[in-house]
Amino acid sequence: MTESRQAVTGDLDAMRREEHDLVVVGGGPAGLGAAQAAYDEGVDDIVILERDFELGGILQQCVHPGFGLEYFEEELTGPEYAQQFIENVAERGVDIRLDTMVLEVTHDRTVYAVNDEDGVTEIDAEKVILAMGCRERTRDALDIPGSRPAGIFTAGTAQRLINMEGKLPGEKAVILGSGDVGLIMARHMHLEGAEVEAVLEIMPYTGGITRNVVQCLEDFDIPLRTQQTITEIHGNDRVEGVTVQEVDEDFEPIPGTEYEIECDTILLSVGLIPENELSVDAGVDLHQVTGGPIVDETRETNVEDIYACGNVLHVHDVVDWVTEESMIAGRSAARSLQDRVETREEPIEIESTGKLRYVVPDRISTVDPDREEIPLYMRVHAPMEDVFVTLSSGGEQLARTFERRAEPGEMVTLNVDSDTLAELPEPRLELDVVQREEA
Amino acid sequence: MQSQTDVVVVGGGVTGTAIARELSRYQLDVVLVEKSPDVCTGTSKANTALIHAGFNADPDKQKGRLNVRGNELYHERIQHELDVPIEWRGAMVVATDESERPKLEELLAKGQDNGVDGLEILEREQLLEKEPHLTDDAVAALWAPTAGIVNPFELTVGFANNAVENGASVELEAEVTDITKTDEGFTVETAKGEIDADIVINAAGLYADEVSKMVGVDDFEITPRRGEYYLYDKQFDIDIDTTIFPVPTEVTKGIVVTPTDEENLLIGPNAQEIDDKRDKATTRQGLDKVLEGAQKTVPDLTKQDVIKEFAGLRPAIKETGDFRIQIEEEVPGFINAAGIQSPGLASAPATAELVVDLVEEVRGDLEEDPAFDPNYSGPPKVRHMSHEERAALIEEDPRYGQIICRCETVTEGEIRDAINQPVPAQTVNAIKRRVRPGAGRCQGGFCGPRVIEILSEELDIPMTEVKLEEEGSELLTDEIKQPLLEKSREGSEVNADD
Amino acid sequence: MTETVEITCIRCPIGCDIELEVEDGEILSMEGAGCIQGEDYAREEYRNPTRVLPTTVRVKGGVLPYVPVKTAEPIPKGELEAAVKELATVEVEAPIELGDVVFEDVCGTGVDIVATRDLPAKESDPLAAD
Repeated sequence: MTESRQAVTGDLDAMRREEHDLVVVGGGPAGLGAAQAAYDEGVDDIVILERDFELGGILQQCVHPGFGLEYFEEELTGPEYAQQFIENVAERGVDIRLDTMVLEVTHDRTVYAVNDEDGVTEIDAEKVILAMGCRERTRDALDIPGSRPAGIFTAGTAQRLINMEGKLPGEKAVILGSGDVGLIMARHMHLEGAEVEAVLEIMPYTGGITRNVVQCLEDFDIPLRTQQTITEIHGNDRVEGVTVQEVDEDFEPIPGTEYEIECDTILLSVGLIPENELSVDAGVDLHQVTGGPIVDETRETNVEDIYACGNVLHVHDVVDWVTEESMIAGRSAARSLQDRVETREEPIEIESTGKLRYVVPDRISTVDPDREEIPLYMRVHAPMEDVFVTLSSGGEQLARTFERRAEPGEMVTLNVDSDTLAELPEPRLELDVVQREEA
Repeated sequence: MQSQTDVVVVGGGVTGTAIARELSRYQLDVVLVEKSPDVCTGTSKANTALIHAGFNADPDKQKGRLNVRGNELYHERIQHELDVPIEWRGAMVVATDESERPKLEELLAKGQDNGVDGLEILEREQLLEKEPHLTDDAVAALWAPTAGIVNPFELTVGFANNAVENGASVELEAEVTDITKTDEGFTVETAKGEIDADIVINAAGLYADEVSKMVGVDDFEITPRRGEYYLYDKQFDIDIDTTIFPVPTEVTKGIVVTPTDEENLLIGPNAQEIDDKRDKATTRQGLDKVLEGAQKTVPDLTKQDVIKEFAGLRPAIKETGDFRIQIEEEVPGFINAAGIQSPGLASAPATAELVVDLVEEVRGDLEEDPAFDPNYSGPPKVRHMSHEERAALIEEDPRYGQIICRCETVTEGEIRDAINQPVPAQTVNAIKRRVRPGAGRCQGGFCGPRVIEILSEELDIPMTEVKLEEEGSELLTDEIKQPLLEKSREGSEVNADD
Repeated sequence: MTETVEITCIRCPIGCDIELEVEDGEILSMEGAGCIQGEDYAREEYRNPTRVLPTTVRVKGGVLPYVPVKTAEPIPKGELEAAVKELATVEVEAPIELGDVVFEDVCGTGVDIVATRDLPAKESDPLAAD
């Protein structure tokens, strides 16, 4: 890397140096929940570092309802859900730093943060909770050939533009990806007077919940086309259209099925990627499937005293579970600060069969008398109906949950209670999915 | 735009801007006219970003001589004068079979004939020590330590900014539509008005043949040859230190694997002749060929961790395969600097030197401008600073404390600097070229709206008028609610007719 | 004339495709529902489909140019497009509090539009000319 030859004038001692018990990186629902729970567990020296101008994270741009059904037993919009937790941390006197970007987290928990008022602040933290959320997969990561005109947006960026900046990304859109974000954006665009030509989905089934298919597409006669994808983008300066093709079971485009859709906008809703660049630089090991840190049930990573929760750990589809998970992390970090963590002699390893894409956490490494149960979060690898998700140990089935319909796009939770854990035949938990008849 | 000047340079790529800068060394009035809203939007923006050593260059061709001289000038002067990223990583031409070894010897001899320093043949063990990810099939390579990598955007912008600092003018959005020969010289018609000049230098890249035709010199044609690329994430776990070439064949120079100045891995280009000079699309077959070719020297490469695909067009004069830099005899005062494909970037300072000689041929000896300052620095690079340096900088100027681009750690201060340079950034891509937002793994997903907002503020235009690159590339089409209000109005108009 | 209407149930992840035979607005028969809740849903959705409308409304003097809003209750599905058109003409002034009614009785449905967040007023710049 070329070093800049410019001399920096100014005071090289201008960096602020602080020490805090708990630093939370990110002030979205994960960071807020973690801070709240840590405070309630008795830690009052907590700093939240948030890069946006306000707390709430991605919820602030999710103006649609669908949040809080579990946690509040009420259906709220994103901003409503966020506001509750924003008020909670304000009431608790948590130190909030807005417009503040974290530049680095070191292996031994020195956090470097920057904003225009304080300049660079170096914080020595006893505990760090990573809650940076995720970013969106891009056109280039999808390797879609064609031109590179204006008018290509990821769905989340378009959502921010519409709902917060108040700007339309285009007039005639094709949406690639039928996960909930793509479906929601179809409705937004339509209700703002834009034409949505089609929502294209590479899988044979939609990635979003049925309600969104009905209320975002069917309500407005927006076609959903499965097993199709964009294979070329046209337009020199602004998008002019796309070439679409059907795909086979291996997701390969089928020659001869090409057709064109005229449009000036492409919205991509094709995957979320936990944003772990800071984590990797701190020496945190990442899980190959989730893209987030490997953690134990306390949400501690392989780096001592660094925890992770929320979308940075694994992409959630329901924010209520983000809240539950972040409170686990916050509480754990707090208990660790108070020396109240009892490590198991041998961790309980958590394994799953190929029917599950992943399970979080990776293992259970502490004993906690105040903890009644441990939620396990997982995803099936393909849609299944009438199945039991089973929890076993040493061949003995300990618990199970019935799913009328399980889909990769909807996380399954299974709680294992502490009593069960105390009596395991061996320090292993196995998760599997079985058809109802077989069970 | 002024209506009269000594020299008009047509084209704001690396060649045109290098020429303008070199001319600004003298007591000459120089105006560079560029059709796009920024310099560096043509071939200079999409290439392999290499300063070739010059061993591949044919000494009988202009491009051969200029490559070697250009490389020399980058070493001796440019890297000290312009604060732009230039790194001497060295290049290796890798033979993956003993049958290719004679070709290495050939290139070694040619390079030595050209006067390239430090060339040697390295054997397998030495190669694998330098590049552990190199293919096991590697037998030997020609090693050229004087080869370098450069940031071609900062280089071009650096040439342009320095030229303006030294009195030249750069006119953007000034496409040349006609050139008329007059008694005194030329009248150049542009989208921004007319300008009279004694001398016209044609560095119009892909369009050089069309510009040359305007004055009646029509004996060459520019054929666009497309080259496609993949760019990888900085945190990619295949670390390549040097520029790796396969042994060139009759058909192709082969796919290069090289780090960039910002430690992204870059692979490409393939080569395909096309018809449409505006067609910079990537293609499925082309990209697949690029990866295949790169795997020849670095077999572990896959599409994993790619953050960008792009394509560039080489402006080739097929007949000669060479540059055409000359005073056109039938039209004295008109100097062509056309056909600049590879090694155009490596040759740029030498091309500029040559063009100055040609200008002197036309109008006699040039007098140096004592006020000329070859040194140029761009905005501070917060991402390369230590935390202490950042703290110090922000204390002086808080705008460097607001991070806009998370992936590349770029601050509001740097972005505003880019918009207020001598050749100002006016588009999203112009900012990306100068200071990097949008060049990272999220490809503008996070910083995009913020960059548009800053441009809107600094240029005092609505956000819906901010462009990505060229005319017609506005990113945002409307304020929300407006289409609904229009539909309501249309609706009520229809009703009113009832 | 009997007609067939297809409704996808949204009550649970299965999303049963329910077919209704209807005539003159009356449901004659129903097929495909996996449970009673599904039948109830299909009936309700056929007779009186309603939706909560989430959108934004223009704000004057706030830290954001638009405030997210929703209908306080579901409104008839057929009114959604008229509702967004009506709301496009509205501008409210900051500060706004979560739950504030920013528009009453949208499209004559009797349902109010409420803000779904606090939106503070933009701090006035003491250096700016008035």
